[in-house]
Amino acid sequence: MALNRRDFLKLSAAGVGGALCTGNAQAVQREPKQLPPEAVGMLYDSTLCIGCKACMAACKAANGMPPEQTGEADIMWDTPIELSGKTLNVIKVYRDETVPVSEQASLVKDQEKNGYAFMKRHCLHCVDPSCVSACPVSAMTKDPLTGIVEHHKERCIGCRYCVYGCPFGVPKYEYNEAFGQIQKCQFCAHLQAKGELPACCDVCPTGATLFGKVTDLQAEAERRLAIQPGESYVFPRGKLGGDRPPHEAKIPKYRKELYGDKELGGTQILYLAGVPFDKLGLPTNVPDYGYPTLTEGIQHMLYKWMIAPAVLLGGLAYVVHRNTQKSHESERQSDSDTSSEGGES
Amino acid sequence: MSEHAPVGGKLLTKPFLFFAVLFMIALAFLATRFIFGLGSVTNLNDGYPWGIWIVIDVMVGTALGCAGYSVALLVYILNKGEYHPLVRSAVLAGLFGYGLAGLAVMIDLGRYWQFYTLLWPGFIQVNSVMLEVAWCVMAYIAVLFVEFAPVLLERFGFKNLQQKLSKVMFLIIAVGILLPTMHQSSLGTMAVVAGYQISDLWQTQLLPPLFLISAILMGYAIVPFESMLASMGLRRPMETDLLAKLSGVTLAVTVFYLVLRFGDLLWRGALGLAFAGNLDALMFWIENLLFVVPILLLAKRSNRNHPRLMFLSAVSLLLAGSIYRINTYIVGYHPFAGGDWHYFPSVGEMMVTVGIFSFEVMLYLLAVKTLPVLHRA
Repeated sequence: MALNRRDFLKLSAAGVGGALCTGNAQAVQREPKQLPPEAVGMLYDSTLCIGCKACMAACKAANGMPPEQTGEADIMWDTPIELSGKTLNVIKVYRDETVPVSEQASLVKDQEKNGYAFMKRHCLHCVDPSCVSACPVSAMTKDPLTGIVEHHKERCIGCRYCVYGCPFGVPKYEYNEAFGQIQKCQFCAHLQAKGELPACCDVCPTGATLFGKVTDLQAEAERRLAIQPGESYVFPRGKLGGDRPPHEAKIPKYRKELYGDKELGGTQILYLAGVPFDKLGLPTNVPDYGYPTLTEGIQHMLYKWMIAPAVLLGGLAYVVHRNTQKSHESERQSDSDTSSEGGES
Repeated sequence: MSEHAPVGGKLLTKPFLFFAVLFMIALAFLATRFIFGLGSVTNLNDGYPWGIWIVIDVMVGTALGCAGYSVALLVYILNKGEYHPLVRSAVLAGLFGYGLAGLAVMIDLGRYWQFYTLLWPGFIQVNSVMLEVAWCVMAYIAVLFVEFAPVLLERFGFKNLQQKLSKVMFLIIAVGILLPTMHQSSLGTMAVVAGYQISDLWQTQLLPPLFLISAILMGYAIVPFESMLASMGLRRPMETDLLAKLSGVTLAVTVFYLVLRFGDLLWRGALGLAFAGNLDALMFWIENLLFVVPILLLAKRSNRNHPRLMFLSAVSLLLAGSIYRINTYIVGYHPFAGGDWHYFPSVGEMMVTVGIFSFEVMLYLLAVKTLPVLHRA
């Protein structure tokens, strides 16, 4: 018996024991993913956004999405208030809730206290996306060149693990369809393939939604953050480095940080704003690595080349074989009837 | 000849019909789900994409199905041959637990008709924890069938085949221990990617061992639970001595689990959240007090021969492990982005879950009455 127990402990060391080592301060991590070489993205400057929602209408038209009525039944136009199976892009508003409704006319734009600010919500095209790591059937992919995170419904089994795992609450499932699918912003990959801009960047009148190479957009954001508020600046429109006429305006009071630069391993959609990012619905209590580094860290430690499971199986088979042999022998000695000897009897 | 025998008796008893009615109600809700979509029956929403059909039917369901795994660990690895009479009913519990969890997955999948992509070499994504779980569970259902096969072969008199199977059974049993070790821990790993969205009371990289150990505990608890119900419902003698010894094992593993659970909380500095006075904290204490109850009940050796106390501690452990899973995936899950989301299961959702478990009971009654599963009385 003592011998068996020792064997068991050895097996435990390979299996459960190995898993216990994961307690070592999030030490079990795979290498973070790097920004793809030709990564394209968007810089959303909340201070430039005027809340016209032209991007929402353009998004629906470009992607063939249906209108969505919320609230009062007699409202007949498209009124989404959040991302959903019908809405891939939505403009939301933060406002200081302590100011009574009757005094809202006095709210100042891009200011936390007594103020309000706009926010544009859709897929952030993470550098190290949780949805891509979670999806069992490669229905979420990240383009190795452009970095666009794309959903392929023809592979999807509808498990909604991407919905559960996304730290930004982006992918949505169509719950009210018999044969529903996951919906999320694909960064208008179909338009980009034709050399066009994503619909929202194309239509934005103020350049609040600006398309470009991620590294260029990062540099553009750093330029804006480096200039004193109140000084004049030429804001590009449509595409960074494109040929559209820019417009000149004063640099606002930015929060001195660029969201998406490092959060959760970085995102290809970047944000500048005048109010704290968590007020705009962006999680700020997050590490600067993506969560897939943790799950895949565990998985790779336990299952790399399936060595550990193979070793464990070998050990288990040996111990089970020896233990069942023994009991077979003792049964044979004590009882001549062998008919009851199923392997599991 | 065999030490096992069918219980016999009438099949269409009142309890059986009662469970059949519950199952029929579930079928009606399921018809609605397949015709009008998941939203027509469930309270799933854009913030809570996973509800009780995943967390109870699949995660709790397979953990309850760990009876076969837990007892196999005892009998074949720790070589505690004396627990052998428990193996067949434990394997049967495993077969139903896992088989019905597989069925529940198909109900919950939003695009179930594309299920085959999980097996399609060009599509599978090997970094996905869910892929590993799916493959392991599919393989384990097959293994459980083979492990249960001697019962059918014995019943229908294929002795030759039964003896041939017994020669390779050691390998099947070994695979049958490996697979749950993998996927029960991975069911914990699956929550890690949700990151900050799950409260630090539950979110940790120790989720895999914690899920594995609590599943083993639920496996040990289902054995006395089932045995006790069988002895009451089918008027059979109880295997009290054996169950008393098993209680000793359960006690030791429960203590180990709690040391690991609270050690992790202290080490991460997350225990303060347990005193926040919110729903998370309340559910945390309910979960962990239910883990403590069996320790209190079973600590005294003389208590372990007491059927009622044994039953109570088993029920407590089953609830504890179940609530641990619900807490990790639903109660402790707080989607931050995009709105103020809430989820509580709808009546239809609950009735489907009840219906699936009722179906499990019906199958169990059918099996023990017609097949040599339970130890000869």
